[in-house]
Amino acid sequence: MENNKPLIVQIRDLYKSYRRGAQIIPVLENITLDIQEGEFLALMGPSGSGKSTLLNLIAGIDGADSGNIKIGGVEITSLSETELAHWRANNVGFIFQFYNLIPVLTAFENVELPLLLTGLSKKERREHVAVALRVVGLSDRIDHYPGQLSGGQQQRVAIARAVVTDPTILVADEPTGDLDRVSAREVLDLIGRLNTESGKTIIMVTHDPRAAERAHLIKHLDKGVLHEDTKASL
Amino acid sequence: MGIPYYYSLRNLWTRRLTTILTASGMALVVFVFASILMLAEGLQKTLVDTGSYDNVIIIRKASKSEVQSGVERGQASVIEVQPEVATGADGQRLLAKELVVLISLPKRGTDKPSNVVIRGTSEASLKLRPQIKIIDGRMPRPGSSEIMAGQSIARRFKGGGIGETLRFGMRDWTVVGIFDAGNTGFSSEIWGDVDQLMQAFRRPVYSSLTFKLREPSEFEEFKTRIESDPRLTVEAKRETQYYREQSEMMAKFLRILGMSLTVIFSLGAVIGAMITMYAAVANRVSEIGTLRALGFQRRSILGAFIMESLFLGLIGGGVGLFFASFMQLITISTMNFQTFSELAFSFTLTFGIVYRALLFSLFMGLVGGVLPAVRASRMNIVDALRAG
Ligand SMILES: Nc1ncnc2c1ncn2[C@@H]1O[C@H](COP(=O)(O)OP(=O)(O)O)[C@@H](O)[C@H]1O
Ligand SMILES: [Mg+2]
Repeated sequence: MENNKPLIVQIRDLYKSYRRGAQIIPVLENITLDIQEGEFLALMGPSGSGKSTLLNLIAGIDGADSGNIKIGGVEITSLSETELAHWRANNVGFIFQFYNLIPVLTAFENVELPLLLTGLSKKERREHVAVALRVVGLSDRIDHYPGQLSGGQQQRVAIARAVVTDPTILVADEPTGDLDRVSAREVLDLIGRLNTESGKTIIMVTHDPRAAERAHLIKHLDKGVLHEDTKASL
Repeated sequence: MGIPYYYSLRNLWTRRLTTILTASGMALVVFVFASILMLAEGLQKTLVDTGSYDNVIIIRKASKSEVQSGVERGQASVIEVQPEVATGADGQRLLAKELVVLISLPKRGTDKPSNVVIRGTSEASLKLRPQIKIIDGRMPRPGSSEIMAGQSIARRFKGGGIGETLRFGMRDWTVVGIFDAGNTGFSSEIWGDVDQLMQAFRRPVYSSLTFKLREPSEFEEFKTRIESDPRLTVEAKRETQYYREQSEMMAKFLRILGMSLTVIFSLGAVIGAMITMYAAVANRVSEIGTLRALGFQRRSILGAFIMESLFLGLIGGGVGLFFASFMQLITISTMNFQTFSELAFSFTLTFGIVYRALLFSLFMGLVGGVLPAVRASRMNIVDALRAG
């Protein structure tokens, strides 16, 4: 892994806590983290250690108590809610544990959904969707509804949806957590290829060591504090 | 661009049983709403048909109906000779100077008194209303105490049948004829010689003048001239317009009744829609979180759920109207509150009613959907996604 690549994610002194009644529960403490462009980072740690919370902050769907996050030169911690939604549409690709496809939309329409937030024409959208579905190997499932697809196939549609806008970062929260071993490997292969072949910057939360193996870099989160793990690059 | 409309439509389709049940409630309300408007429309149409476009009725300025009006003999003579008045085949002017008096007569069977219109008529009266036909007996002779009665009077009032006598105006009157006036207000009138009736009721003035126009297009000019004539204190109306105004009160009453019923019923339908939409929001929490994460704004979520509820309303409206349209096959009778006669008419569906019914169904959808949609749009993304 070269060290002279530009930094795409810069996190400084990040604090985040949740309030439960009168009690304040600190979740993330003093997180500082840099991620280079084209990096594939795995975030590991025990359940409840704050992995998802950190990922949500990076993805701009949650707000920090203090500290800041700069992604691709944009200080997202200072954006308004409307600006943030707009920013997410253009810069973040989401991969969820439970795929989170819209059940009433076909594979095609699910993948097209984030493109509706861009200025692309119908024809351009159709082309982009076709390419994304080809990348995940589901060109023949265009008109299928999520309910007609296996878990692995659904996750691949979700990955197509995540990459179709060509976002700055891909965030994946336990992307194989709900899959059988074979499907999990397929999905991990796909995510790995997006990184090696398309140069996507990927941040993946997982507690599956087999999944973490695919990453260049593994970081451990424990009780809200980040520890670096060394990991040989591929 | 927001969330596509087919997202909202397909969600309704996915839970079609709930959709059908909720839409049925709205359909019922729209059915009632449309039916009552159709009733008012049909009633008004029938009453307006009582008048003829070529006929002009003259009443005293600012009097709402013939019953309240009075036209002095001198003024009547002035109007009689106006050039716009048509002339019949026999060279006589087609103009009737009439008296209209409301009296109370006992009904057959119960003896309960009820209001009846007595119309003092002249020779032209019948010629001006070709829809009136004598079905039994003959016309009363001028200058006598003979009368003829509308079918509905003959049937429903004591002494109204042919050969019988009625007592009013301190005289006995013999019924020598029965006439049929179709579904018009005339069916519940009693006609006799105008001069005899004026004497009997001690009325020095006519109630109204009705005449046929020589040329229907001359009405506006005639009206302007007559109403600005310093010798006259009358106003001129086309007969159709006069009856439209006469039917206004009853139609308004029906519409108000319809609105009140609808408002009460719609409360139930709106609550039904609201419950359905709240359930829809609750079932799709993580979906809402996903859409927000993808970058859809709060207002897009709001829009999608409101759209869903509007579609729901529209389905209800469509179904309600579909069933209401069959009401057109039904003819009903009711009491005409102006003349207290039976009036037969049918439900009439117009484009305006369709438009109002659909607008109303959309309104119900909107009211039912707005709070659930607001809840959906207010959700916190992370909490919504966690709801899984
Ligand atoms: N919305 C919330 N309200 C209260 N506590 C929360 C909320 N979200 C997360 N937490 C708490 O924050 C901690 C970290 O959660 P999370 O980031 O989901 O952990 P992980 O993904 O590592 O399992 C947990 O103790 C969790 O209970
Ligand atoms: Mg988690």
